[in-house]
Amino acid sequence: MNTAAEHIRVENLTMAYGDFVIQKDLDFSVRRGDVFIIMGGSGCGKSTLLKIMIGLKAPSTGEVYYEGDPFWASGLEHQEELKREFGILFQSGALFSSMTLAENIGLPMQLYTDMDPAEIRENAGLKLALVGLRGFEDYYPNEISGGMKKRAGLARALALDPEILFFDEPSAGLDPISSRLLDELILELRDALGKTIVVVTHELASIFTIGDDCVFLDPDTKTMIAHGNPKKLRDESPNETVRNFLLRGELEAQKEKRGQTG
Amino acid sequence: MTAVEENNAARCRCESQDGRIRVTIGGDWLLGGPVPSVHQFESVLQSSPDTPLLLQADGLGRWDTSLIAFLGKLIDRPDGTPRTFDASSMPEGVQGLLRLAFAVGERSGARRTERREGLLTRIGKASIQSLDRAREGLAFLGSATMAFGKFLVGRARYQRSELLLLIQETGANAFGIVSLISFLVGMILAFVGAVQLAQFGAGIYVANLVGLAMAREMGAMMTAIIMAGRTGAAFAAQLGTMRVNEEIDALSSMGIDPMEFLVVPRMLALMVMMPLLALYANFMGMLGGMVVGVGMLDLGVFEYVEQTRRSVSLTQINIGVIKAVVFGVLVAVAGCLRGMQCGNSSQAVGMAATSAVVTSIVLIIVVDGLFAVVLNVLGL
Repeated sequence: MNTAAEHIRVENLTMAYGDFVIQKDLDFSVRRGDVFIIMGGSGCGKSTLLKIMIGLKAPSTGEVYYEGDPFWASGLEHQEELKREFGILFQSGALFSSMTLAENIGLPMQLYTDMDPAEIRENAGLKLALVGLRGFEDYYPNEISGGMKKRAGLARALALDPEILFFDEPSAGLDPISSRLLDELILELRDALGKTIVVVTHELASIFTIGDDCVFLDPDTKTMIAHGNPKKLRDESPNETVRNFLLRGELEAQKEKRGQTG
Repeated sequence: MTAVEENNAARCRCESQDGRIRVTIGGDWLLGGPVPSVHQFESVLQSSPDTPLLLQADGLGRWDTSLIAFLGKLIDRPDGTPRTFDASSMPEGVQGLLRLAFAVGERSGARRTERREGLLTRIGKASIQSLDRAREGLAFLGSATMAFGKFLVGRARYQRSELLLLIQETGANAFGIVSLISFLVGMILAFVGAVQLAQFGAGIYVANLVGLAMAREMGAMMTAIIMAGRTGAAFAAQLGTMRVNEEIDALSSMGIDPMEFLVVPRMLALMVMMPLLALYANFMGMLGGMVVGVGMLDLGVFEYVEQTRRSVSLTQINIGVIKAVVFGVLVAVAGCLRGMQCGNSSQAVGMAATSAVVTSIVLIIVVDGLFAVVLNVLGL
């Protein structure tokens, strides 16, 4: 693997709530400019891993490195600096409901840049246009649909032109068309802006459309049991659990059928 | 057999035969309808837990999941594993549903059985929990103080427009309810006093009573209790919803401290508006007292005002105002604390709001008691 292009590295990470270990011994790295997928069945700790990577929850042991810079070993101020390079799209969008879309997107700019209000508004409008919401500056989050909220959330994640984008289950609750449009948007962001993108999802369609690289977290063995390109894993992985997951349970169903007829 | 039986109630027979238990089902099996109880077959089933069941239908009418539930209870052995059964002569649908119901074995440990814990265990757990809560409260107070310190040196990140909105919401919009309540409290105090004082011909001292009571105690306390119900609950619900909606996570991930951004403006709004509202409540209470004094005791308006002015010193007013600031902080802290502690469901938001009101009212009364002791020692 080309270590020069390595952007994020997760090393020897264990996460637990109290004494209850969710995942242990996680070791992987994310290359710059890749769409990296964290996948696994429900309850395997995908979202918790994301929370650790974006600095919302401390790991029990282990470290996350951003360009070789350890996150959790750093002081609060340095953590904040690192966080400024993250753009995060939460599962529900997590837009501030008391603010309009333009204000939502403008908030980080207002806090972290010297832009004047007019510039902020202009830039917020541009970010909205990027996600296909031109003209929606003055709408409140409760006035738009779920898919639009996700896209507005993405516009906010893009506000400070971050280096890394994190997506928590981007297609959850979206219809197939909107979810596909979002996938296309993710790919365009990667290609046009060269962002590194980390996505937590279990939607097979998106995994194969957008994923360059992935890890599979297994709730039974409580660790990652596969790492690589999702299509390759589907066709070549030696691990049956992984292939079965990527084939939507077809393997097991086939086996059952054979068992019944044979 | 006639096509329509007169009484097509659900029936079931169980008998041992050729090393199997034959279960014959008939009649209508419908949810809410009369269904035979499993208990009457227990003796047959429990005596031979390893005997397979042969399920047969005889004149089975309409049926729904009540039949499946009944058969399931027959099939389940006391240790939780199913016994073998042959349902091949049952209708197709029944077979399918039975297959589904027993396809996946029970996950060990998944079922939640109620276990009564001993008194000591429960007391211990409750103490540990309340200790944890107290620690959380202190930690919150600590970080709120630090955030407030940051605000004082001008380094806190918050939105001025939001602060102004909060001030309007907590202050100006509470005007009506504060006017009404404090006016009535003043009247009530005057009524109680008037009846007693009039007996001694000392009716004019109603002015002293109302004036002192409002300035020292009731003005600040009534305003604080109104604020606890009105604003404290609103803070808890707002922050709780923001937590459920991941908005607080979004803030922290942008590197914005929710303490600075959400809690400090709320504390400030209440700290600024509470004393003003309490002063206004004092005035309204005294006005209410005057209405009673003038109306019931035939005192003159000028006389009443003059008596109030003489009895209520500036110290008394100041005590009320200082209390109001402290109560404002208490209400804001309790509301924000409960909101930030909120769990991850709509029910938790409701509980946060309730608990915010209860916490702030308890704190207000306790702190008011402390004030009384301290002021007594100071001789004020």
